[in-house]
Amino acid sequence: MHVPDGFINTPVSAATGVIAAGAIAVSLRGARKELDERTAPLAGLVAAFIFSVQMLNFPVAAGTSGHLLGGALAAILVGPYTGVLCVSVVLLMQGILFADGGLTALGVNITDMAIVTTVVAYAVFRGLVKVLPRRRSSITFASFAAALISVPAAALAFTAMYALGGTTDVPVGKVLTAMVGVHVLIGIGEAAITALTVGAVIAVRPDLVYGARGLTAPLKLRVGGELVDAPAAFPVAARTKTSTRKVWGAGLIAALVLAGFVSFYASASPDGLEKVAHDQGIDAKTKKHHTEDSPFAGYSLKDVSNSRLAGGIAGAVGVGATIAVGSGVFWVIRRRRTPSSVQASVREAV
Amino acid sequence: MGAGHAHRLYRHGHSPVHRLPPHCKLAAVFAFVIIVVSTPRESMWAFGLYAVLLAAVATAARIPAAFLLKRLLIEVPFVAFAVLMPFVVPGEQVHVLGLSLSEPGLWGAWNVLAKGTLGVGASVILASTTELRELLLGLQRLKLPPLLVQIASFMIRYGDVITDEMRRMSIARRSRGFEAKGIRHWGVLGKTAGALFIRSYERGERVHLAMVSRGYAGSMPVIDEVTASREQWTYAAALPVAALFICLLGWTL
Repeated sequence: MHVPDGFINTPVSAATGVIAAGAIAVSLRGARKELDERTAPLAGLVAAFIFSVQMLNFPVAAGTSGHLLGGALAAILVGPYTGVLCVSVVLLMQGILFADGGLTALGVNITDMAIVTTVVAYAVFRGLVKVLPRRRSSITFASFAAALISVPAAALAFTAMYALGGTTDVPVGKVLTAMVGVHVLIGIGEAAITALTVGAVIAVRPDLVYGARGLTAPLKLRVGGELVDAPAAFPVAARTKTSTRKVWGAGLIAALVLAGFVSFYASASPDGLEKVAHDQGIDAKTKKHHTEDSPFAGYSLKDVSNSRLAGGIAGAVGVGATIAVGSGVFWVIRRRRTPSSVQASVREAV
Repeated sequence: MGAGHAHRLYRHGHSPVHRLPPHCKLAAVFAFVIIVVSTPRESMWAFGLYAVLLAAVATAARIPAAFLLKRLLIEVPFVAFAVLMPFVVPGEQVHVLGLSLSEPGLWGAWNVLAKGTLGVGASVILASTTELRELLLGLQRLKLPPLLVQIASFMIRYGDVITDEMRRMSIARRSRGFEAKGIRHWGVLGKTAGALFIRSYERGERVHLAMVSRGYAGSMPVIDEVTASREQWTYAAALPVAALFICLLGWTL
């Protein structure tokens, strides 16, 4: 699924680049919380693991074989932030060293394969672990489901980016069917291998599985013939109040500038395809797109006569909406996490 | 792991391209690829000129054509996709050699093939003329977050170690008569991946302890600061500037 250069147009590549940069900035902070000062060596080694495990071919049937993508596995084994970071680093290095995936498509590739897979997988995993009974087998099952859903989710995200900024005109419906169809199959293999791998790690070193951290029974001390909870070995560091607001703000401004200002110039003339279509008179035949009546159809506002201004505004609104949705999701997750982590630290302090 | 540990993608040499500071090369390649991608696909001659530019750089770097072409094979999956495109895209049909192909599909295939190949070519030249360690220094110089660069450097340094570990496990499996034939054997492969993860993670912990015992406090010491003179920047800028010129011509003609 490594997207090469020139497959997704420049504005969408730039916008996904901004999303990827923002997510990596958030993950860098998050990973420090997950791994503290061990971040660099451990995340590096896990990235090396993901890199090599992608070379592990598993036979499917009669000569065909697939390989692991690893997003879900990383999220479950080392946590979502470190997972995003590891897969992003793998993609970055693959792009620069092996020319696997275009350099301008780095944002697309990272958003698709590192962020979407990891975040979706971890969300599904956490949700299932909450619901299922607290047993090791439910962790295995939850990792199966997480990996199963994460791969088609990435295919879906890719199709969405393609629909927004694909430079070729394979109809979006066809791309959707092909991508999701193939990736449901890949997802089944990914899910089986992920679940087996997580199961194997849990059997040997359950403490290493990030997703199973709540499962270990708390240590008890026998004090005067009575069982007491042992004090936490490592006192939980007080949550440092580092605000992500600065990162968020910078990302927002950059995205708005890119979308609004750059597309102001970029969208002045119709893109190549539209131009060819117009010149050849093909567009007379094309069917009306069903969102053609949307106020942002063709990425410009309907009632704004200046085409440059309209394109700029539409771009800015699009990025604004994306950021609003994205930060909304993060806000909800944070909201949910804070009370539980407070509870956890209270429990440990007792 | 020490100095002189070159990766197999790198091609040792002393050409002017090899001698350029890594961040200049990285910036030039990025700029070149961005320019290529934003060229309109109708001006086919522009892509030919880009290819000539890349060939000139490869000659200056004394990279043999065979080496370059072999490395371009990484593209094959997308070539297959591009070949399919004229058949699946609806639109005006053109008859070539008795096949009915769609015109927008042909344009799309051309677009992906031309831009993708040029992008891959540029990255291949970059990777084969720049040592890994230099590349990481260059990324740091280009203001990539230091933590990210550190993670990447660990990944690169230990990537071969972990891959070799996996190969040894595979040899061990095979020497015990195992042959992965189908779904029935996924269990063994899953356990292999699990064991590999535990080994990598534990190695990470050991590496961290070794680093701490040698005085690591969260950031790597920088011993060789790479700097670039104005002359070197100008030399590196030759490629993107020439490309920009072609691109502008492509837009206006």
